[in-house]
Amino acid sequence: MLRPTLALMRRALRNAFRRPQFLAPLVVFPSLFLAVNTGGLQATTGLPGFPEVNSFLDFQLASAICQSTMLGGVSAGIAMALDIEAGFFDRLVVSPIPRTAVVLGRVGAAGVLGALQAVWFLAIGFIFGAEMAAGVGGVLVVIALGVISALAFGSFGVLIALRAKNASTVQGIFPLVIVGLFLSSAFFPADLLSSPADVIAEYNPISYLAEGLREPIAFGWDAQVIVEGFVAGIALAGIGTSLAISALRGRLRAAR
Amino acid sequence: MTGELRVTWALMRRGLNEVLRVPGASIPGVLAPTIFLLGLSAVFGEAAQLPGYGTTNFTQFIVGVSLLQGAGFTGAATGVNLARDIERGWFDRLLLAPTPRMVVLLGIVGSAALRCLLPVAFLLAVAFALGVPWPGLPDLVVSVLLVMGFATAMACWGTVIALRFQTQQAAPLMQAVAFSSVLFTAAYAPLDLLAGWLQVIATINPTTYVIEAIRAGFITEMSLEQLGWAVLADVGMLAFFAVLAIRGMRRIGR
Repeated sequence: MLRPTLALMRRALRNAFRRPQFLAPLVVFPSLFLAVNTGGLQATTGLPGFPEVNSFLDFQLASAICQSTMLGGVSAGIAMALDIEAGFFDRLVVSPIPRTAVVLGRVGAAGVLGALQAVWFLAIGFIFGAEMAAGVGGVLVVIALGVISALAFGSFGVLIALRAKNASTVQGIFPLVIVGLFLSSAFFPADLLSSPADVIAEYNPISYLAEGLREPIAFGWDAQVIVEGFVAGIALAGIGTSLAISALRGRLRAAR
Repeated sequence: MTGELRVTWALMRRGLNEVLRVPGASIPGVLAPTIFLLGLSAVFGEAAQLPGYGTTNFTQFIVGVSLLQGAGFTGAATGVNLARDIERGWFDRLLLAPTPRMVVLLGIVGSAALRCLLPVAFLLAVAFALGVPWPGLPDLVVSVLLVMGFATAMACWGTVIALRFQTQQAAPLMQAVAFSSVLFTAAYAPLDLLAGWLQVIATINPTTYVIEAIRAGFITEMSLEQLGWAVLADVGMLAFFAVLAIRGMRRIGR
């Protein structure tokens, strides 16, 4: 199981790096948003109820990482759909490898990219004056949560690709994916969100993931917030991967 | 001249037909700015409590930004459609037709000005449903005309890229410019509240003046001075990208 998964992971990563024009939007668009949000809304840190932070950039870095890994999930879904359209997927399922490796390899590659995406945003943050309240250990926590976040969104991307079967449908879900982020506390403190976004954010697992990412950057070591971030991310990744594997099996059953 | 007008209108109609023929392609141009309007209002709504916004309703403050986003997406989509026509060989046939290339260009970018009315109508309906006050007919009409001008300018940009790269894979480049030209302005906050670096970019960026005029129409009243700057900015962007597009049209296939 491990060898085919690793081989498919390597293939997915090689393909991603072979076409950097498709990889660039994963960091370019969230970086633009990060710049505009921090430059345009820096004064909001003075609003009553806004937690004390070094700068709005510290606060926004977590949302940029979430947004980037979300786009990574869409990208993983598109890559899977392209494999289905091109017939590579059919060849994979008739080869003597465990079928779950097809899903795990693609999701694993999204996780590896997630680590690089987290490093990219931390580097940008440090260059433009962000601080890491939790020190070096905080950097490791952010990278680990970046990986888990990418695994979670990657698994849902693969699930959608297995259900939709074509790349343009997967691409079309991007605006809807962003809704999940808007309805969370990723961009702004939950207490300052308008109703009903504040209520939805309270139950949205992305809020916990974003707050887990934000804690070491902007505030320090609140174990509960960080653990909640890991639990939310792992739960999302687990559910997404299980559903994707089940979709794969359903697809194979239907083909018999 | 009549013949040229007929060709232009035929190409514009072809662009409009795509809305009915490929409705899925119009969805991002309508859905994305609507989601941004709703999402940003819900997330950053409290920002309007800060002094300087001129209103406490954040949706009212950013409705102009969303209209221009819709226009930008429509303009970029025009470039993507042209790239698809080039890939499939339809554009080659168009170039062989006894029609001046400028007429072809006019037909292509002119369709964007009409197509952007779809996201504009949808966004305005959502904004009014969310409690944005009626700006008055004159300010609304002027705002829509400014948005149509911006869509045409972005369609010219999309055309430049489509003619240069001749592939739909260049779509992110078309979208990134449309996207950035709207966001690197006083989009989320008044100029005085922006960070220093963004204030400099926003002051240079002509889209800021278009946004500020439309915003004034929705919050208070568009002054003649604001309108003048906005028209100048729109015409300037249109002229700049049109010159590049004309150059691209002249060079292609020669």
